[in-house]
Amino acid sequence: MLDITLHITDRDGMTHEVQAPTDMVMNVMEVVKGFELAPEGTIGICGGMAMCASCQCYIESDHILPQQSDDELAMLSEAFFVKSNSRLGCQIQITEELDGLRLTLAPEE
Amino acid sequence: MIQSDILIIGAGPTGLFTVFEAGLLKLRCHLIDALVQPGGQCAEIYPKKPIYDIPGFPEILAGDLVNNLMEQCKQFEPGFTLGERAETIEKQQDGSFVVTTDKGTKHQAKVVAIAGGLGSFEPRKPLIDNIEFYENKGVAFAIKDPEMYRNKSVVLAGGGDSALDWAVYLSNVASKVTLIHRRNEFRGALDSVEKVQNLKQQGLIDLITPAEVTGLEGSSHLEAITIQKEDETPIRLQTDALIPLFGLTPKLGPIANWGLDIEKNAIKVDNTLDYQTNIPGVFAIGDVNTYPGKLKLILCGFHEATLMCQSAYKIIHPNRKSIFKYTTVSGVDGFDGTRKEAPKSIIKSID
Repeated sequence: MLDITLHITDRDGMTHEVQAPTDMVMNVMEVVKGFELAPEGTIGICGGMAMCASCQCYIESDHILPQQSDDELAMLSEAFFVKSNSRLGCQIQITEELDGLRLTLAPEE
Repeated sequence: MIQSDILIIGAGPTGLFTVFEAGLLKLRCHLIDALVQPGGQCAEIYPKKPIYDIPGFPEILAGDLVNNLMEQCKQFEPGFTLGERAETIEKQQDGSFVVTTDKGTKHQAKVVAIAGGLGSFEPRKPLIDNIEFYENKGVAFAIKDPEMYRNKSVVLAGGGDSALDWAVYLSNVASKVTLIHRRNEFRGALDSVEKVQNLKQQGLIDLITPAEVTGLEGSSHLEAITIQKEDETPIRLQTDALIPLFGLTPKLGPIANWGLDIEKNAIKVDNTLDYQTNIPGVFAIGDVNTYPGKLKLILCGFHEATLMCQSAYKIIHPNRKSIFKYTTVSGVDGFDGTRKEAPKSIIKSID
């Protein structure tokens, strides 16, 4: 089992360094939920189907991320506070390549 | 006043299964839901997506699960108040509750079961300055009566099915239809996309993409909007109406003000017994509740609904003993006079 380190800045501007397992089929949204970095009910509302934008985050390191699916692109096109580095956390699986990833949670809609 | 034994707030899977379990105890249910169709998230957000953890169903589409639950509970004749949001609750002197919706419909029951999921679904409102001021003064987040737009100029914003479908529909009603979307691609049924494409070529729909509405103006009513295309100077467009259609998002809403213990956007309940809230007679089941170890799973909602009905029975019939029965043994007697039962075994001698 291998854990990777993520640097996640919450909606209050506080940065947290968290360890996330790579062998639990987890995604970034689930890590944020697991560490309670955003209140229950304000993140991962659709459960991780790219059907809401509650897990939108801004990627701030130059890691190579999985490509955006059509669903994610479509959802982000209707989301608010979108920037060029916006992604849906639920669409980013935790893998070894993401060690050291830095991201900030987008504001709650 | 609509009367029932149990008033269920939320017609998702947990609420629908409550009707069945209550029916076995001869308790009648009525359901309120802010959406216009039963099924909750399963019907509204992901009807075509499969679910793999419903016991006994290796794979079932969310929409099919809702259809099955409706079929399973239909002999218990549930009543529905759909398209209305439960707004207030008042305890009566006789111990019952009166729940009133945003449209003023009143419901009375001795037991209230909140099966509200993540809350009631409300339109997502874009972040444009003053948009609240223009609400119902040219800006609407849903189309209730399309005739309102006859011979008017209308701007729709959004890239999903509802924006596409309404653009097509209104092209026959409004004097002018403009559709604005942040991307060139639309997410909708292929058929709807093609229809919009055709109407655009015929000049019946103006398509502005990729673009965003960034400003609203008008002294007492919406008169014009500002449209921003990336890297271009903003355009001003006169219009009678702007209808942003960006889908729905759940909000706990008025239930949050009912005096219930709330923690992490969910209602705290007694999970050692019957999922009752801090208000006796008011229960919370399914995704809307929280307790140590809570999992927001449909199958957990079913279990919670079943246990809750036993306590509901004791509240509604304090002097009667409820008897627990197996459906395989006792069958199911509907309020509509139907009876389901296991076929009798045939006793016949073999010569």
